Parts: sequence; structure tokens; C-alpha cells
Amino acid sequence: MSVRTSIVSQFEQVAKDQRKKLAPLSDDLVLLESGLDSLCFAILVARLEDALGVDPFSAAEDAEFPVTLGDFIKFYEDATT
Amino acid sequence: MPPPDLGSLWHALSAAGPLADRALWGAEASVTLGDLVGGSSLGGRLDELRGRSVLVATRDQITAALALIELDGIARRLVLGPPDLPLAQVPSVIATASVNSIVSDRASPDVGARHVDAFVTCNPRIAPAAADRRGRHRTEWILLTSGTTGPPKLVVHTLASLAGAITGGGTLARPAMWSTFYDIRRYGGLQIFLRALLGGGSLVLSSDQESTGAFLIRAADHGVTHISGTPSHWRRALMSPSARRLAPHYVRLSGEIADQAILDHLRAVYPAARIAHAFASTEAGVAFDVGDGLAGFPASLLTQPRADLEMKIEDGSLRIRSARAAARYLGSPGETLLDQDGFVDTEDMVERRGDRYYFVGRRGGIINVGGLKVHPEEVEAVINRHPQVRMSLVRSRRNPITGALVVADVVLHTEPDALTERLAALEHEILQLCRDALPPHKVPAALTFVPALAVAATGKLARHHA
Repeated sequence: MSVRTSIVSQFEQVAKDQRKKLAPLSDDLVLLESGLDSLCFAILVARLEDALGVDPFSAAEDAEFPVTLGDFIKFYEDATT
Repeated sequence: MPPPDLGSLWHALSAAGPLADRALWGAEASVTLGDLVGGSSLGGRLDELRGRSVLVATRDQITAALALIELDGIARRLVLGPPDLPLAQVPSVIATASVNSIVSDRASPDVGARHVDAFVTCNPRIAPAAADRRGRHRTEWILLTSGTTGPPKLVVHTLASLAGAITGGGTLARPAMWSTFYDIRRYGGLQIFLRALLGGGSLVLSSDQESTGAFLIRAADHGVTHISGTPSHWRRALMSPSARRLAPHYVRLSGEIADQAILDHLRAVYPAARIAHAFASTEAGVAFDVGDGLAGFPASLLTQPRADLEMKIEDGSLRIRSARAAARYLGSPGETLLDQDGFVDTEDMVERRGDRYYFVGRRGGIINVGGLKVHPEEVEAVINRHPQVRMSLVRSRRNPITGALVVADVVLHTEPDALTERLAALEHEILQLCRDALPPHKVPAALTFVPALAVAATGKLARHHA
């Protein structure tokens, strides 16, 4: 499964588990407008660490926090290559 | 001869700067402090609350702020009702604090308390009133600690202990515009509320009805210069494109462990700001600020002689003796806030590495999920209700967004290998039990089925704290 597919499926799964209405996913979607709260993002990052073996949020030294879904996917793609 | 004024909040904030230029900017309404000179938010009923024990139970922060400004020195006791106080716990708070009056911005709630005989509405539309603001009481401020099992603990402060860390506006070229992600009815937010008012500045209040992005835009529009929040608040804020609209001089973190990553991210986004992480707790008060941009705190802080503060480490946790500590708990029999030497055990565990100390977690394994505390035992009790579960261990998993998440190891009555097909369904059932019984931050983010759990010599589950 590609990084992108993993991320998209985890967004959907976390939204479902936490009973959140997920906004339509597109690369320019602002993460804070996705319908997920901080706890959802925390769970998402933990599950992606288990699935992909990386946690770029903890590893990043001077990278900027992702703002859009596109940034978020690139953040993980950069960390896994 | 009128009785002496004991130096109420109103008088202290009036002495700190011209009232007409200063305001409380709320999401719902805003008020200029000057309006309170010939007016009141309490509909002319201030005098009814003299000497009373008042529960301030408002929905909006702006009305809570106004009630606190008007009632310090007037009321005998002010109980700061947090926004998420469960209705079921209101009667015990009322009984413990001997509340006989309620100030709210809502319709009179049926609290079922016989001794409450005054219900006063607080309104951000200031009405003209000839208020006698001479304070005759050294008002007790009662803060509720959050997140523990059972009813909240009631912590007794005074304006003097709450404002003890605040040393005037000092050398600011112009009055500060403060803001905070915190609710001002929590210790961290209350500090900022008092800093703004007693430092001669203004304050932009947050609102739980507003998105992070909308709050940041509002704060930026008011030209916020000083802003505080927990590391979790800041991690969320930095994910908003609106975070870059702010140009703060001062960024403050408190309430959770500030790790190096969040300090570095804030430095990158706000290169011109002074960034400090503070250690404070409702019980111990504000202890210290660290401004060198590094996680943890210099070991030299423990040995620097300071008139108003002493710190030591005992059994691995930080102990603080301070003029800013709370006086005592109300109720909570058997629990003492200060030890016999006057120290508060913060129950925050520290570890020395080189010439710094680092916070490593809470004694007793309390898990801090984005500032909300979780007792592992409380979650284990729910998991253990499932008929297939023999025992469980709830622990913390580090997380870059909320600091920590709750995860659980579960031992079943039957070996997991024998149940392979049933495991997914069991996991779903156990999590559903948790979701039905617990708020979302207490529900395990992951369950692991394990063959056994280590039990210590004491016969208790072996918990590896932090």
C-alpha cells in the first residue's frame, strides 16, 4: 500500500471510530477543517507510526508542521524515503 | 467611617492603567473596563452578593471574567465553575463550598440545592449602576481540579496567591494585548487573565464555540502581543494556516511537558518572540519559567536562593514551597495539600540528565492526554467488565500531538491463539464498552492482546511509570 493510500484509509478509519464527519479528502484540504480534532490526529499519527514505521512529527527537527492534506502526505512521503 | 478596602481585584486593575483604553475581547461580546466605572454586569444586584459564597457558573468566559472582576472583595468566596463541570457534580461542589448564591449567564438551572437562595444573572451588556466597589473581604478563590476520578477537588486560593507571580507591566513600551487558548476558569488561563488586568493590558478570550483557526484570526486582528497555551494547544495551532497571522512578542507554554520539538517549531514560526515554558499547577502555583529554548529546566534552579520559592526533589518528584501555593483543599478529607514543612508534592516525576532536569511523567501513572488527566485504573475497570477479559493494563504511549495517548494490554480468559477469528470482534466489543462509559480521551487508542501481565512483589500490576 502506498503512503498516500495508507494515510487516506487511516483518515477514514479514525473518523469512523471517533464518529466524526470527514470533509471530502483532497490535497488542498486544510487539516483543521477536515472534521478531525486533536485527539483524532493523535490517534492517526500513532496508527501511521505502526503502519509505516515512521513518526515525522517527532522526528522533524526544523520542518514545518503540515497545514493541508497534501502537506501531510508529503511530510510522510519524505520521512519514509 | 467606612471599613478599609482590602485591595480587591477591581482596585488593583484600576491602579494598573487607564480603564477606558483596556478591554476584554470575547468571542460572544466585548467589554471596555471603563464601562464598569458607572455600570455593572450584575444588573444592580452586586450588594446582594456581599459576604456570600458564590458559584460562578457561566457558559461564556466573558461573563465569568466580569463576575470575577466585580465580586473579588465583595463575595466571601468565589467558586470558579469550569465549563465542563458535569451537572451531576454540581450538588457536591455546592455543598462542599457552602455555596448560597449562583451567578450565571443562563436561565436559572435547577441545581436541587436548598441553601442556594440567590440567583443573579450576569450580562456582558453593562447596565448603568451605582456600584459601591469597596471590598471588605479577603475573598477565597476556589478552583476545581479536573480529570480525577470522582468529584473534583476544590483548591483554595486568594488573589494574593494567584497574583504572586505577577510583577507589573514593567518596561513595556505599550500595554500588552494578552490572549490564551486556556479557559480562564482553569489555573493556566486565570494566570493570563490576571496578568493582563494587573499589568495594565487587555485580553482576548478564547471560546469553546470557536474553531482554532477562527480564534487565531480574531487574536491576530486584535494585535495580540502575549499568548499562552499548553503544548497541545500550540501543536494544534501550528497546523492552522492562521497561526502565521500572529506576531507575538511573547509565547508561553504551560500545563504539560514542553518537548524540544514544540519549542523548536514555535521558534521557527515566531522567530522574534520570547518563548518560555512555565511550570505551574493549581495546587503549587507558578513555580518558574524557562526561557532558554531548551526542554527541561536547569538544575541550578533548585539551588538558587529565592525568597518566595523553594524547590526540592524527593522520591523522584518535584516539591515546591511557595507563597503562590494554594492554602488547602475544601472537603477531600484525608488529603492534605501541603506537607508538614509546607511543600506541595507536584507528583510530577523528574529525571536529571547532565545539568538539566526533565519531566518524565506523573506519579501514579496518571496519563496526560492533551492536558486532560486519565487514571489508568479507571479505564481498566471498564475494560475488565467484558466477560472475556481476565485483566488489563492501561498505559501511556508518547504522542507528538497530545503528548500522550491511552493504550491497553489485555489478558483474556482464553489464550489469544485459540481465539484468532474472534479477536477483531472482541477488540471492537471492548472498545465499544469504553466508548459508552468514558469520554473520548480515556478510550484506548489501541488494544493489544497479551498472554500475561507482570505482577510485582506487592501483588499489584507492575506499572512502569514514565
